[in-house]
Amino acid sequence: MAAIFSFCSDPASLEGIEWLSCYLTTGKHLGIYWSIGTVLLLLAITAPVALFFGFAGASAARSRILPIAWFGKGYTAIVRGVPDIAFFLFFVIALDQFFEWIRHEVKCPDWDMPIRQGNDFVVCPEAKLPLGTAPQWVHETYGFSLAVLTFAIVFGAFAANVLSGAMRAVPHAQLETAEAYGMTQRQTFWRVLVPQMWVYALPGLSNLWMVLIKATPLLFLLGVEDIVYWARELGATKTAKFTDYPHGDWRMWYFLALLVFYLGFTKVSEVVLDKIMSRLTRGQATAAGEAQRKAAA
Amino acid sequence: MTCWDILSDYGLRSLGFGERLLPRDNFTICQQVVLIGSGMIWNIYFGLLALVSGFFLAVATAVGKSHHNPMFRKPAEWFIFVFRGSPLFIQFFFAYFTFQSLKGAYPIFTPLTSAWLGALIVLFLNTAAYSAEIFYGALMSIPKGDIEAADAYGMSGWKRFRRITFPTMLRLAWPAYTNEAIFLFHATTLVFMSGFPARSQMGDALYYASYFADKTFNPFIPYPILAGFFILLTLTVIGTFGLINKQLNRHLPQTNRAKIRLRLNLIR
Repeated sequence: MAAIFSFCSDPASLEGIEWLSCYLTTGKHLGIYWSIGTVLLLLAITAPVALFFGFAGASAARSRILPIAWFGKGYTAIVRGVPDIAFFLFFVIALDQFFEWIRHEVKCPDWDMPIRQGNDFVVCPEAKLPLGTAPQWVHETYGFSLAVLTFAIVFGAFAANVLSGAMRAVPHAQLETAEAYGMTQRQTFWRVLVPQMWVYALPGLSNLWMVLIKATPLLFLLGVEDIVYWARELGATKTAKFTDYPHGDWRMWYFLALLVFYLGFTKVSEVVLDKIMSRLTRGQATAAGEAQRKAAA
Repeated sequence: MTCWDILSDYGLRSLGFGERLLPRDNFTICQQVVLIGSGMIWNIYFGLLALVSGFFLAVATAVGKSHHNPMFRKPAEWFIFVFRGSPLFIQFFFAYFTFQSLKGAYPIFTPLTSAWLGALIVLFLNTAAYSAEIFYGALMSIPKGDIEAADAYGMSGWKRFRRITFPTMLRLAWPAYTNEAIFLFHATTLVFMSGFPARSQMGDALYYASYFADKTFNPFIPYPILAGFFILLTLTVIGTFGLINKQLNRHLPQTNRAKIRLRLNLIR
């Protein structure tokens, strides 16, 4: 394996900083750096999708058609009483089986055996997801997509909670005025309610973002090779037989590094979100906006 | 085998009593309900002990954070930042491997590597940090008039804290603290998923639920059972905290009383 630094060719002779810089740039360590990318990718996809799910859920909860309203309210309520981690574990299997079942129904209509046979879930080979013959990266991508979808569903429920609260917080007089102007329900919703709700939703949403960051290590439980996986892998005791860089049990230090990484990440997010918030409250007729005006005067 | 037999065999399985082998095939609904319910003992154990012990540290930390002397304020701020700013999952892993290193050096630390003590310590510190932030917020919003009135009566120091500041803080913080308690119970499900070993398959409710889901490839039975147990637990917490809330607010006119509204503000 090609080393990044030229002096890394003979690890046994290295000491101190040089040893460390060689150690931290071995091929295996690149895995953990890539997995930070996995975390960021998860956040980048999950956040907008969850926001969309949340918006759909919150709007459904306001629907005048009862079944839709029940569905929306049920969706917003699921995360209240039950640990989120249970949903993570549940949805990953349930979604997988759901997709395979759909494909099974479409691709193998002649299949006559039941899908659940005792303790097995059996679909025809063509319906398997991903196909048994698919290369490794397809398996990994499929696993990651399932994880992202699961995250989006669970955090969508959280977002739906925040957004339905924000929709209720928009002053009722605004909606009545819109109706007085002759707007239809749909127009009132899109032209008056939605543009105004964001100011009320922002504190809740930024809180949700922090929670989402702190939920990313749970990817490990969904079978994705994420930073937790790599920290356990790389930190475990290595003997001289298998590596040029033997060391004892360093998992404690790897997890300390992860701890510091997350602390830094949340701190940066906090600073950025505070900036956005103060930008948005500027000139708003809220208590925070008033405080800003007084401070400037 | 009737359901009663299963209950006597597996009712306390999570503590190591009764039948040693877990069921391997022909799983019945009754087995799943009993074993997952048995696992709830651990969730209640962790949640209850962490909550009660964390309460005291939380009050101390909140008072420390509101102190004008940086010698008290800074450590409190850092403590809260570290435990609120990082994922509980990582905290569990870090603590477990730290305790293991300690055990290697000094055998006296051996109990720390088992979940009943090690995970409890992490949960204790974690809930103390989250609650301390809640209590700090409440301390900051104590009406100025209350403190001034206490001063006018000649109260100061410990007496003022015990008779004025503390009760008011508790009353203001209680609705948010209820949410914290609920999420603490939810967080206890992470214990056996994160390093801490479930020795001879003595685990919590989620441990058994995922055991059944793995064995049967059918998540649609064990997880709803788990959900049912947790909804019951959540309702119990809301009920108990509601009673305490009533007690805390009993001197106020009906209309001014703070109602507990379940708000989602934290999972870790």
